[in-house]
Amino acid sequence: MTNATSTPVPPREGDPEITAEVVADHGLSPEEYERVQRIMGRDPTFTELGVFSAMWSEHCGYKNSKRLLQLLPTKAPWVIQGPGENAGVIDVGDGYALAFKIESHNHPSAVEPYQGAATGVGGILRDIFTMGARPVAVLDSLRFGDLDTGRVRYLFSGVVSGVGDYGNCVGIPNVGGEVQFDRGYEGNPIVNAMCLGLMKHEELITAAATGAGSPLMAVGARTGRDGIHGATFASEELSEDADESSRPQVQVGDPFTEKLLLEASLELIASGAISGIQDMGAAGITSSASEMAGRGGSGVELEMTDVPVREEGMTPYEILLSESQERMLVVAHPGREDEVRDILEKWELEAAVIGQVTDDGKFRILEHGKVVADIPALPLTEGCPTYEREGKEAEEITALREMDLTEHMIPEGDLTKTFLLLIGSPNVASKQWIYHQYDTTVRTATAVRPGGDSGVIRIRGTNRAVAATTDCNGRFVYLEPRTGTLAAVAEAARNLVCVGALPTAITNNLNFGNPLKAHIYYQLRESVLGMRDACSAFETPVTGGNVSLFNETDGKAIYPTPVIGMVGVIDDVSKITRHAFVNAGDDIVLLGANSGELGGSEYLYVTADLVAGEPPSVDLDGERALQQAVLKMNHEDVLNSAHDCSEGGLAAALAQCALGNGEAPLGIDVAIDEDLRPVVSLFGESQGRILVSVSPENTEQVLALAGHYDVPAQKIGTVTAGDDGFSMNVRGASLSATMPELADAYFGAIPRIMDAPAGSGA
Amino acid sequence: MKVAVITFPGSNCDYDLYKAAQQVGGDATFMWHRERGLAGYDAVLLPGGFSYGDYLRAGAIARMSPIMEDVIAFANTGGPVLGICNGFQILCESGLLPGALMHNKSMRFQSKDVFLRVERADTLFTADYEEGQILRIPIAHGEGNYEADRETLEALESEGRVVFRYVDSNGGTSDGANPNGSWHDIAGITNESGNVLGMMPHPERAMEELLGSTDGIALFTSLVASLQTS
Amino acid sequence: MSQYRLEVRVKPRPGLLDPQGKAVHHSLNSLGWDGVGDVRVGKAIYIDMDAESPDAALEAVEVMCRKLLANPVTEDFEVSLVGEAEGADS
Repeated sequence: MTNATSTPVPPREGDPEITAEVVADHGLSPEEYERVQRIMGRDPTFTELGVFSAMWSEHCGYKNSKRLLQLLPTKAPWVIQGPGENAGVIDVGDGYALAFKIESHNHPSAVEPYQGAATGVGGILRDIFTMGARPVAVLDSLRFGDLDTGRVRYLFSGVVSGVGDYGNCVGIPNVGGEVQFDRGYEGNPIVNAMCLGLMKHEELITAAATGAGSPLMAVGARTGRDGIHGATFASEELSEDADESSRPQVQVGDPFTEKLLLEASLELIASGAISGIQDMGAAGITSSASEMAGRGGSGVELEMTDVPVREEGMTPYEILLSESQERMLVVAHPGREDEVRDILEKWELEAAVIGQVTDDGKFRILEHGKVVADIPALPLTEGCPTYEREGKEAEEITALREMDLTEHMIPEGDLTKTFLLLIGSPNVASKQWIYHQYDTTVRTATAVRPGGDSGVIRIRGTNRAVAATTDCNGRFVYLEPRTGTLAAVAEAARNLVCVGALPTAITNNLNFGNPLKAHIYYQLRESVLGMRDACSAFETPVTGGNVSLFNETDGKAIYPTPVIGMVGVIDDVSKITRHAFVNAGDDIVLLGANSGELGGSEYLYVTADLVAGEPPSVDLDGERALQQAVLKMNHEDVLNSAHDCSEGGLAAALAQCALGNGEAPLGIDVAIDEDLRPVVSLFGESQGRILVSVSPENTEQVLALAGHYDVPAQKIGTVTAGDDGFSMNVRGASLSATMPELADAYFGAIPRIMDAPAGSGA
Repeated sequence: MKVAVITFPGSNCDYDLYKAAQQVGGDATFMWHRERGLAGYDAVLLPGGFSYGDYLRAGAIARMSPIMEDVIAFANTGGPVLGICNGFQILCESGLLPGALMHNKSMRFQSKDVFLRVERADTLFTADYEEGQILRIPIAHGEGNYEADRETLEALESEGRVVFRYVDSNGGTSDGANPNGSWHDIAGITNESGNVLGMMPHPERAMEELLGSTDGIALFTSLVASLQTS
Repeated sequence: MSQYRLEVRVKPRPGLLDPQGKAVHHSLNSLGWDGVGDVRVGKAIYIDMDAESPDAALEAVEVMCRKLLANPVTEDFEVSLVGEAEGADS
């Protein structure tokens, strides 16, 4: 029943009076409050106000992003579930489906990095297993300020421990991710967690509540006062004294309970005793119950005193908005509550009936049988206002982009020192310090571990695998949002084809500043348009994702950072390719061309402390052709390795291929003659380039295949023995280093910063 | 060969261990920690993971599970028991093996491949290896630092009860080759009667070329072979 | 100047979830102890230090707690003086 109007509800004893200030504290504008009054046909009670403020927060309501998100391509024959559910789902062959999604936990991580990151992982895991899929991998995409302050090292260390401890304890391997350090993220770390889950098609379950009279059950952890108004908290900018004033709002994660909950949930779903299941994430019981009602076109009625609580004296407001972790809301088939309880009991978890599904279209809350909230469900979930705002590029950005970089292109001759500096910069250097803290092999399915281009999980019982990567260079997006976002999608696709996977679909996490400011909204809009164009060109529809706005401290926003989480399918695990060179004597072939762009490069940041210039351009047709060429070469078994060029440019990419995982580095002897300044040739970050190594008898075929797809290709050198060292010659410059020198710079960079004895450095 | 894979709340390597046993022809069954009775089983496997979240002390709470009474009795009558990672921690907490696993020296979780040297190729778990053979096996733990008092360590060495040791790719011990600070670079030990083996590395994750190493297979084939002849 | 021994007790803040306490509580129940109400798990840190007076020592350690020993977002702390330390090896 839709179009239900609400019935009058007397104010609850002890609840505060609703004043304009209280409304504002709840994050609702006067116009939004008026809309609430219209929907309700009266003034809301304090409890009802809390419910609206959570559901209509930026985090839950997507107020400032929904209209833009609707521009994205979401359909394809292989998409089983697009945006709108807890996770997107695609068909991956042999009767298997992949559920996947990325989500952010930025604001909590700024306040308490360990718990913020841990609970971020917990939340995304639940989004996956609530669909009926068993989580099989996680990836993390992180951003921090420069690693030269104690505060940033504290945030970085805390986040990595939090991601690691939670994922390791639940027993899900981490197969990839990325981190970028730039002063643009100084005040606001970015912590995005992506999860992949596998299931057979028939195991998919959605979260709609249907069947009037079906019992609603809260299962898992008890409800406490954690993170009340965390959803609105995420929608406000942080102020300088975030630590103190934010004290009550951090949720603590319990990965042990999560593991039990995961097993119990999958068992519940398989048992057939339930018709729906939803995790309680942002805005807890409120969002899960109302969303289930909204999707099902029915209503819900909950009795607050039946909810298992951890603290004394909790009010309905607190119970409804609590973000205590590791809880699920389950719709049982009438009469099968005991089955549900039995399964939960086996896993030593609680289960309690807290209400039922109704057919009157209302979200109704009782306390000791008395109504304290009575809201029409559909207007609550669907009636959140959405805004389209003014967008206008900031003048400073236009100026930055147009900056003349000529003076930075002067260096020539022996550039070895600069090269070693670049290789030893945290953005380019090895991230082993991070992923050696993550269990990467639990569940014996990880075919490609972190350290390469994409993580790969094989599907047991088949010959297939799925691959995943997260990518975004925030500097590029900052300098020009549309181009930068095209580049993010393009880089993700290149990373997938390098392991032999066909780019198939994406999830995205939009991390931006305050969209009420015209120059931020401009970034948001342009970025979404870039994403639309690239996803259409690559046939990688968007199946869902997350929006995190208001990432600003004291008025200064982060770089616009649309993180792309892309997944791909590998038909034959024997064709998986890795990034490291394999044999001395192999030919090194560069696919794609250097367009001579130094803008937004790590080289500029490291040598001149500058983020400026035009970001590298993206030729969508050229990228697509490159992807197809590499997949074809892979299929023909003529590639020994493949790696794409990104931060640090060609020289850095070659170093990564030569060093591999550090156990047995090989050398290179490369010479390129092109009409470009040496530093541009070596360190420019032009898009659309992939390095492959090829047995000499296959080189001709590789070049021919490239030609067939109109992809520029040239042999640039050979792989040599490790003892022969690393040698590159370009027009006007050269660099050469021994492999031990290179290894020390590359593998030693982050450990030297993070494991330095206390008291040294800031 | 009927093998019981004991599962505690929080065990998460149980599935991997089950698959490993099956791969070598074992008839593996999961056994929930609340179930009782190991009659009819030929071997007991305690998997890795985070039983009870590793809260309080790793393995401390799992050790009190009902099934552990049966596991201890099984071990005391000579039944083969293999404890991997968290399983090793539980064996130490229960007294079936001496010593304790403390926090890694680096105070961080360590997840990577390590090299192990097979010190004894005449145990029922290592008969299919050669003595001195170097294995490539993944580790993934935060509390793998094996410690014991001096008498225990001396006994372990003199009685040849150290079965696996951390080494570098050339087979030599060194600080760099030891991922967690374990005394005497100890990666795996047996009890006095040689029927109980505890080890921190994960041989069940080294069963397939695709996943990086097949050096774990021989441990499970040794176990199966020993049971067929007994 | 004397050497003092101080004890710092760090506990999870009330109201926050304590996963360790919860797991221990549950296990104690399983082992047969029914009357256990609540379990919170914290840690004790012992510090021997030189100071001008007991008050000075207490004050210094409180600053240590705020800066390092306790996480102000998730933990509370209490500092107490155990006594004067006997000497270098005590």
